[in-house]
Amino acid sequence: MALIAIKNLSKRFGNLVAVDNLSLEIGEGEVFGLLGPNGAGKTTTLLMLTTLLRPTSGTAVVNGFDIVSQPDKVRKSIGIVFQDPSSDETLTGYENLNLHGLLYDMPPDLRKQRIAEVLSLVDLTGRKDDLVKKYSGGMRRRLELARGLMHHPKILFLDEPTLGLDPQTREHIWAYVKKLAFEKNITIIITTHYMDEADRLCNRIGIVDAGKIAVLGTPKELKQAVGGDVIFLKAKACDVESLQALPFVKGVRSDDEGILITVQDAGLHLQEILEKAGPVAFVEVRPMTLENVFLHHTGRAIREGSPEGSWAEKAMMAGSRR
Amino acid sequence: MSDLRGIYALWYREFKVFCREQSRLVASVASPVLWLLIIGGGLGSVISFSGINFLSFLFPGILLQTALFSAVFFGVYIVWDKKIDFLKEVLVSPLSRTSIFIGKILGGSTDTIIQIAILLIFGYLFSVFGILENITFSPVTVAISIAFLLVMTVGLVSIGLILGSQMASPEGFQLVSSFLVTPLFFLSGALFPINNLPSWLVPFVLCNPATYAVDGLRGTLVGMHQFDIRLDFCIVCIFAVVMILVGTYSFKHMRL
Repeated sequence: MALIAIKNLSKRFGNLVAVDNLSLEIGEGEVFGLLGPNGAGKTTTLLMLTTLLRPTSGTAVVNGFDIVSQPDKVRKSIGIVFQDPSSDETLTGYENLNLHGLLYDMPPDLRKQRIAEVLSLVDLTGRKDDLVKKYSGGMRRRLELARGLMHHPKILFLDEPTLGLDPQTREHIWAYVKKLAFEKNITIIITTHYMDEADRLCNRIGIVDAGKIAVLGTPKELKQAVGGDVIFLKAKACDVESLQALPFVKGVRSDDEGILITVQDAGLHLQEILEKAGPVAFVEVRPMTLENVFLHHTGRAIREGSPEGSWAEKAMMAGSRR
Repeated sequence: MSDLRGIYALWYREFKVFCREQSRLVASVASPVLWLLIIGGGLGSVISFSGINFLSFLFPGILLQTALFSAVFFGVYIVWDKKIDFLKEVLVSPLSRTSIFIGKILGGSTDTIIQIAILLIFGYLFSVFGILENITFSPVTVAISIAFLLVMTVGLVSIGLILGSQMASPEGFQLVSSFLVTPLFFLSGALFPINNLPSWLVPFVLCNPATYAVDGLRGTLVGMHQFDIRLDFCIVCIFAVVMILVGTYSFKHMRL
């Protein structure tokens, strides 16, 4: 049975349709990745599933409870790490974690033990008694993560959890998340910009575009469905339409940088493609990655317009409180 | 009650922050003391009401003023919490909206009551040194005054939180709350006796819950009052209960 069942979920903000009749089922123990360009509706979906936003229409059942009619019960089953900073910077790191433990009704011994555990995980043990306002952006991010992991929820939502972290910390975090998912049977829903991470971590991926699920499947299935390899080339005068007409070409996308051609067995057909393309300045055959799958379905590279700006902005704003 | 820890958490946060911001405490106590000494002392040189020095007359009014400003403005922190998303962290926790509201009231009331307690100590010192005459400081009068101010504070913090839950920007909150707090203060009889007012002003004064708090406080501390003190207390309690109910409702329907 599905642990999360989303049924025709929609959210409108005035004329803008952020989430458009989205339906999806996520099973227990899955690590599910929600990928999509900015503004695709990933965060809005997460906010609705965590009962912070009311859907315009449709609903979802989370851990057996309806997000619209039983929000209190839903909240007892979940944890979330927000994309934007949400810790109190006038408190210390330790106090923020303690506050979280209290909010989730954890007894003192358990609080102490878990706080020590997550602090060492995110490497903040030495700074736990410093005010959060003295933390760097990355340290704050790690603190938020520690907080979200602290109460071992049944379902954990992670909205861009490793954004702006160094690779080493990312590795640590993912190892812990995987261990947690395995040992405690926690179901995890993440949104991320790091396609390689999504590829390695997620059992299943949904690519969201314009508020809808564009495609759904395991990373392997998704890559196979798009098929073959990618040829990247830079050509001065290239006829995109004639390339598209070739029987083995699955898709062609061109932008300022060059042309991306999805081809079955690129090695066999390179000659023909180059003949159609005319004189080229640069050519490269690449294996199919999730990044290409993403590009294939949404027509955009995932990193376009990184949300890091908004993170920095929020952190600045947080600085002016009290 | 699984929410008790959560309520404690919210209170603990406000209290920690309040203790850390000592400049806030100093300013919030210094300004009413200045009001009392300058306005009270200045006008007191020419005004007295039925043999009671204006400075002493003003003291209960200043206590209410402190409660009013400090408690209502506390609501601005919820607007800040919205801005930095700390509110999301609280709203997504299993804590019910009612408990969140209770936690916030406890936090805000603690801040305000600490300020008021300090003012009462100042008042006592002033009366020992003869600056404030005619004020009775006894365990009973102090206890009754604190009871009045506590109930009033709870109602006023609720007003602040109701406003805060509806507003999106701290600037907007500041404007709207000043617009609300100013008439509540000036129409409460904190600055002048209400027995001889022009008739067009009377209904406004009588509709103001702060009037009854001032009357009760002044009756207790100075022995000068218009209404039965028990009636004053009942009205203040009704005000607080209504505000708590409205506040709980507005928290349940708060949007991000």
